[in-house]
Amino acid sequence: MLTATLGTLGPVLIANRGEIARRIIRTVRRLGLRAVAVYSEADADLPFVTEADEAVPLGLANPAQSYLDVDKVLAAARQTGARAVHPGYGFLAENAAFARAVTEAGLVWIGPSPEAIERMGDKINARNLMEAAGVPVAAGTREPATDLQRAVAAAAEIGYPVMVKTAGGGGGIGMSVAHDEKGLEKAFEQASRAAARFAGAATAGGEGDVLAGPAILLERYIERARHVEVQILGLPDGRVVALGERDCSVQRRHQKVVEESPSPGVTPELRERMLAAAVRAGEAVGYLGAGTVECLVDADKQDFVFLEMNTRLQVEHPVTELVTGLDLVELQLRVAAGENPEVCHEPRGHAIEFRVYAEDPKRFFPGPGKITVWREPADARVDSGYVEGNTVTPFYDPLMAKLCVYGDSRAQAIERARDAVAGFAVEGPKNNLPFCAELLDNAEFVSGDYDTGLVGRMRA
Amino acid sequence: MAEVHAEMVANVWKVVVKEGDTVEDGDTLVILESMKMEIPVLAEDSGVVAQLKVAEGDVIQEGDLIAVIE
Repeated sequence: MLTATLGTLGPVLIANRGEIARRIIRTVRRLGLRAVAVYSEADADLPFVTEADEAVPLGLANPAQSYLDVDKVLAAARQTGARAVHPGYGFLAENAAFARAVTEAGLVWIGPSPEAIERMGDKINARNLMEAAGVPVAAGTREPATDLQRAVAAAAEIGYPVMVKTAGGGGGIGMSVAHDEKGLEKAFEQASRAAARFAGAATAGGEGDVLAGPAILLERYIERARHVEVQILGLPDGRVVALGERDCSVQRRHQKVVEESPSPGVTPELRERMLAAAVRAGEAVGYLGAGTVECLVDADKQDFVFLEMNTRLQVEHPVTELVTGLDLVELQLRVAAGENPEVCHEPRGHAIEFRVYAEDPKRFFPGPGKITVWREPADARVDSGYVEGNTVTPFYDPLMAKLCVYGDSRAQAIERARDAVAGFAVEGPKNNLPFCAELLDNAEFVSGDYDTGLVGRMRA
Repeated sequence: MAEVHAEMVANVWKVVVKEGDTVEDGDTLVILESMKMEIPVLAEDSGVVAQLKVAEGDVIQEGDLIAVIE
């Protein structure tokens, strides 16, 4: 329903592309607001461009010259009379300077405050902040390791194996595990390279930038861990609500492939503790809107540690929507408009999401290409960024669609997922649907007793 | 002589070797970037880089020749 406060948001500019732009447009329009898309020249034919009420070309395919170009995005907002900006995930979604620029331009930023983004964006800072708020954290560096020597010293103190990652990165890029000093050297180099690339991307080309040493973070690596995250929603009146958890332990290259809710590895007692900690985490930064508190769970010990917080809508938000019946994008919009929606959520049943990537199902290497056949299964929620005839280009991430199923129980959801995966026909680009089918027949996955090492074991 | 071809559409992010360099089996020749992923292209033989057909910033198609090792 379009309330008076919500009406002040439109038109809403969506500063993103692909499936998430399309998904946000759907809710914006359902609420009676106008949706403005922005797009790069590589994306001109994609459905999110045609489904918006208005679409503004930003420039070249290179993200630095389109989706990451703050001035161009703000110019598009001015040109179309947009009054609010939804950043989606990735690109500028966790860029505090962009959030600030949006607000300074007199527009509504659909997300948390720039200060909250900043405090959570630096993983080392976030970790220290969470520890102070009484949220459990893993043993790790409290100061950035800016050179290999410091990293070696830190690792000796923490104890191997250690997880090495960039303090400012995301999406698993630049992350790796080191089991000894030799491995650390390699992991440190990889993370430094990723840090340099992030810095380059963030400054639209990066030419002439003088980089200080990369900020690298080391943490104790938990061998058989589950990756479980809590969805939170911060309201204008200061309350923070936890909307259940998602299990994201099916990962390749530290990137999620399949997510489910509820987590089969979390007992009611542990869930209660995790949700309470996530609320404390949100309260510690005065969090507003939708956010995700990521944790590592030791399923044997039924214990958890804080990993990081994502200050935006998460890719896998549909599994939460399927078990709660909520529309998280609508809640984001209402909160941004200053409303305090009553969030009733008795999670029911079980939901699973499969990320349909343009990649080969064996080694998971990218395989972009023109889509010659695209047939979505019935009886499933499919959030897709493409239709038949579109081309998946190499410029952006490989996510083509999210295939989401719901069942009264996990067993029923798995059964429905098998049908849905078999009923999804994609030809042209390489795709990982055969991997999804394989996973659904994997005894470990089906049992529910799995951890982040599952995909590695399937490919060993 | 061994030809090294691209396995996917990608952007050439880094060229690590130059023509005339001696490489060992498994050495990185170039690093491609596709869909936000770094993909190292490795030498599958030891030898000398006789030809290098790509430069940083090039967009290459699946099957394109990257290098010849002799």
